Amino acid sequence: MIPEHLRKAAQAWTDGAVRRATSKSPERSDRFETASGRPVDRLYLPDEDLISNYSDKLGFPGEYPFTRGVQTTMYRGRLWTMRQYAGFSTAEESNRRYRYLLEQGSTGLSVAFDLPTQIGLDSNDERCIGEVGKVGVAIDTLDDMERLFESIPLDKVSTSMTINAPAAVLLAMYIAAAEKQGVPKDKLAGTIQNDVLKEYIARGTYIFPPQPSLRIVSDIFAYCTREVPRWNTISISGYHIREAGSTAVQEVAFTLADAICYIETALSAGLPIDQFAPRLTFFFAAHTDLLEEVAKFRAARRLYAKLMKERFGAKDPRSLMLRFHTQTGGVTLTAQQPDNNIVRVAIQALAAVLGGTQSLHTNSKDEALALPTEEAVTVALRTQQIIGYESGVTNTIDPLAGSFFVEKLTDQIEYEARTYIEEIDKMGGVVRAIEAGYVQREIEEAAYVFGRSIDDRRRIIVGVNDFKSETEPDIDLFEVSEEVRARQIEKLDRVRARRNQAAVDDALRCLQEAAAETKANLMPPILAAVHAYASIGEICGVLRQAFGEYEEKYG
Amino acid sequence: MPKGRILIAKPGLDGHDRGAKYVAHLLRDAGYEVIYTGIRKTPEQIVSAAIQEDVQLIGLSLLSGAHNVLFGRVLALLSEKSADDILVFGGGTIPSKDIPKLEAMGVRAVFTPGTSAESILQTVSRLLQQQQSNTHTSN
Repeated sequence: MIPEHLRKAAQAWTDGAVRRATSKSPERSDRFETASGRPVDRLYLPDEDLISNYSDKLGFPGEYPFTRGVQTTMYRGRLWTMRQYAGFSTAEESNRRYRYLLEQGSTGLSVAFDLPTQIGLDSNDERCIGEVGKVGVAIDTLDDMERLFESIPLDKVSTSMTINAPAAVLLAMYIAAAEKQGVPKDKLAGTIQNDVLKEYIARGTYIFPPQPSLRIVSDIFAYCTREVPRWNTISISGYHIREAGSTAVQEVAFTLADAICYIETALSAGLPIDQFAPRLTFFFAAHTDLLEEVAKFRAARRLYAKLMKERFGAKDPRSLMLRFHTQTGGVTLTAQQPDNNIVRVAIQALAAVLGGTQSLHTNSKDEALALPTEEAVTVALRTQQIIGYESGVTNTIDPLAGSFFVEKLTDQIEYEARTYIEEIDKMGGVVRAIEAGYVQREIEEAAYVFGRSIDDRRRIIVGVNDFKSETEPDIDLFEVSEEVRARQIEKLDRVRARRNQAAVDDALRCLQEAAAETKANLMPPILAAVHAYASIGEICGVLRQAFGEYEEKYG
Repeated sequence: MPKGRILIAKPGLDGHDRGAKYVAHLLRDAGYEVIYTGIRKTPEQIVSAAIQEDVQLIGLSLLSGAHNVLFGRVLALLSEKSADDILVFGGGTIPSKDIPKLEAMGVRAVFTPGTSAESILQTVSRLLQQQQSNTHTSN
């Protein structure tokens, strides 16, 4: 509630001063709105609710409902993890980039896999022509994984892997590669993305239909709880939903709807909530509308805490915490005047930090055109370091709390995201909503509205539809050679010639049996197959046989 | 009478179809009949869909960097099947230095990030006219 005397005073100001000012020179527009199309008022006023309901709405950092952050001291204790997503070509070349990033002060690794790996195909598969090593590193067998982390002590770094449908296979390879370094699995720290629902919604690297995919996710939860206790078993991702064109509210809503589905799956597999929920993590985008983004992160934290407490009865405070990674919005980068992207990324990274992120990837200026060059990646990392060490925003916790506008936006985003989730509940849950195409249509519609607003110049994108340059600079782009596939196939052939084929056949047979037995956990047989140097294509081939493949319907 | 039939297709393995869906929607709104293939289609599937659907144009969208190989494959298959009266345009994160190569292969236009809707609509309309006059002369 806004105090009555203030409301009256504001009305008087609007009727008087504002009217006089705008009659002399009108405002720039009749309607101001956020990047997500939310109307924005001229002025926001203090809300008494913020004081009277302080503990319910905001609370203290590290305490329910975590609006102000998940850690007690936030960045006064330790800065976020600066984690740059990287990977290309072969394991050897990516290994060099990782070691470079660690030397430059990166504090965690984040592995990008090529598309064949992400959809569980070997590099020699016909469907992979042109794609091997292109958007990430090509991994066929454990041998590649060993090379990828050569001379990188896996007990010292934490590694995030963007892998979904075949997440179990890559996690098994990571565990096996660490064992070869002498690092036991209970010492490993990191994250697998493992969020297959958003693959159906937005990202596209699905393999199996939803039900068996959810079983694999739940098997990973169960296995890691016992064997890899420091591992984050999933990174439930709004990032790709936003990249596909959603609004900020949709990003929060669909991500939490996915989370609900994973939680329900694990509960029905018999896992107690407080056993697996502390290892769930999230991944969001940061766009350039700074204040809307900060509010989005705060709203997501509060809404999740309430859902976990009220809907699932979680008790462990760690189960109630929405911990998240942020990546600056790839889709906001422009191919025109690429240097401007450095500025966009800085604003977005600032939004993530003001929003209380646990780790951050900053995009490079050249990524609207290609994978980034080393020079561009360095500037992106330096951007985080400047925010961390020079800007001063890390000295106090949740510095935008109490901003009349940010608090109002936080309330609105939470409310609207909750409404969407209720809508999805009514449809029978997110899998139904995806199968009916509802979630995809909502996103596509938002993307179209946004795109049209750029086309008709209601929204200005600097360098694209205004402030254009006559000539665009020629910038050096990073390129992955077409020869990578041939090199990768050679390596795969060498591994196949060297391995014990009987052991591979045996391991794949065991996996096949486990797949047919719904109560069996798939992780141990996948790990055995990986140890025998079975390839990702062979392992996923067995699972494709058992589970079938997902086909998206268009109509 | 629709202004023309267009197949929007996603060859290769990447799932980024915001651009493809946007262009499909834009062309539909402009009065064209548009068929969208969905993601992860092989060049073979795309060419056979184009022939089956009797389209005049194919728009290929790709963001993984595999455009040189895969656009080339679609063009080769079209001519193998004597369907090269169907004209091909493309879009995606395509570095400018690759555009002359793609054009030399026979890709009629390439839309890169930031291309305006207006320019896409103009190009598509020009390609359709070209396609119709080609078909008439070959008859």
